[in-house]
Amino acid sequence: MLELRGVTAGYGHFTALWDVTLRVEAGEAVAVVGPNGSGKTTLMRVISGLVAARAGDLVFEGDSLGGRKAHEVVRRGIAHVPEGRRVFPRLTVADNLRMGAFQPRARAAFAESLARVYDLFPVLRERERQPAGSLSGGEQQMLALGRALMSRPKLILLDEPSMGLAPVMVLRLFDLLRRVRAEGYTILVVEQNVRQVLRLVDRAYLLEVGRIRMEGRAAELSEQAFVRKAYVGL
Amino acid sequence: MIEPIFLLEAAVNGILLSGVLALLALGLNLIFGVVDIVWIAYVDLVMVCMYLVYFLVMVYGWPLWLAGLGSLALGALLGLGVHLLIITPILGSAPVNQLLATGGLLFFLQSFATFLWTTDHKTVRLALPILEVGGMFLSFVRLIAFVISLLAMLGLWVFLRRTYIGTAIRAVSQDREAMALMGANPQYVYLVTSAIGGAMAGLAGALLVIQYSVHPFFGAAFGPLTFMICVLGGLGNMVGAFVAAVVMSEIISIGGVVISTEMGYVIAFVVFIVMMFVRPGGLLVRRG
Repeated sequence: MLELRGVTAGYGHFTALWDVTLRVEAGEAVAVVGPNGSGKTTLMRVISGLVAARAGDLVFEGDSLGGRKAHEVVRRGIAHVPEGRRVFPRLTVADNLRMGAFQPRARAAFAESLARVYDLFPVLRERERQPAGSLSGGEQQMLALGRALMSRPKLILLDEPSMGLAPVMVLRLFDLLRRVRAEGYTILVVEQNVRQVLRLVDRAYLLEVGRIRMEGRAAELSEQAFVRKAYVGL
Repeated sequence: MIEPIFLLEAAVNGILLSGVLALLALGLNLIFGVVDIVWIAYVDLVMVCMYLVYFLVMVYGWPLWLAGLGSLALGALLGLGVHLLIITPILGSAPVNQLLATGGLLFFLQSFATFLWTTDHKTVRLALPILEVGGMFLSFVRLIAFVISLLAMLGLWVFLRRTYIGTAIRAVSQDREAMALMGANPQYVYLVTSAIGGAMAGLAGALLVIQYSVHPFFGAAFGPLTFMICVLGGLGNMVGAFVAAVVMSEIISIGGVVISTEMGYVIAFVVFIVMMFVRPGGLLVRRG
């Protein structure tokens, strides 16, 4: 479904990703793990069009995404839940979800999408009229996720969904992500919480200083091997 | 000692003045909140629209309301033009360059107006009555300008709250990158915002030209006041801009009656400077 071939990208003179090649098949959940500063967020931003690739190509459902802007990428069916959630703090929960369905194709299916999101996250319905900034961290993460689902994506990019959440909330969040998976969405997730994320996904990549170091099926990869590689460097 | 009735009259006049000022401040604030660039030449666009109304009414004999609509349309077009020709190329530039570019437009418009229409003060003469209400004398023109300003601001409020694109405009002012991830083309949102901000300048122009005469340096007279109101209300804060407009025009109006017109402005500017030390974030500092 999504394929990156030799993608190199960065900011100004700084290169954050070197020659990254990875694949996500339809229906799969794939994780990219790695320590801070390994280029995980840049990887997500290149796929969603917020950062342009300097070299290499990105192919989504047979079409190249190279040179496409973020708002065009969403229309192709890729929703990016950014690091730090980035909900609109002074808009209500309902308005945040409305904005998720901004593009015409999503707007046409608004009522149906909204019912689905409210089924997945009932707390959002209860908080409908509240400004998003007044929600707890976990609720904001649900809103960010719900807002992404409103765009009717085929592929969801999740950047550090568990960041800044209380440990109990992290467990609940991964349960919710499993439910989102069960709905048939394809997921590419970047996480520091290796233990939890390996239980969620089918395959995982290890990213280190901007390069892919390891790849494999989640079941076969011992958490220890990944953690050692990622955080101890052995 | 000044009689209370004069103070009351000044207070009412201050409220009436605040309408158009709030309209200007809201237009400028709307654009700043979304595009993140201050249009230094904003009130000079108003000046151009005032000339349009003047010529349409006094030379071509159009009815005032039609000329006002023409002014609204010209304002929207100018807004689009400024965004496409001046703002788009400098979106990613350093703030000082953005100030220089929109400041350059200010000098261009002033010189252009001087060249075309000379520095004569031009006035749209209206035979509208002075109202006497409970012993106070109020200008009917000002009352109309105030009511129309309020209606326009109410319209803007409904637009920003109720429509899809209006909500998107508020969303962009809170997080423009996140709104791009929702599938909104930033340039489209900027253009809609600039057209609305421009239309508000056009409307303000029509409401100002029936109260004041127009000349190429009109922007220099009202521009600083508009910026002060924006900053005092907190840049990008719409409610704050409205409150600041009322506060400033009350100071100018009451100060003008109690001491003198010039001192009214002096006091207003002093209050502004003091407030910048006391509440640098604006009168109503946003929570959260």
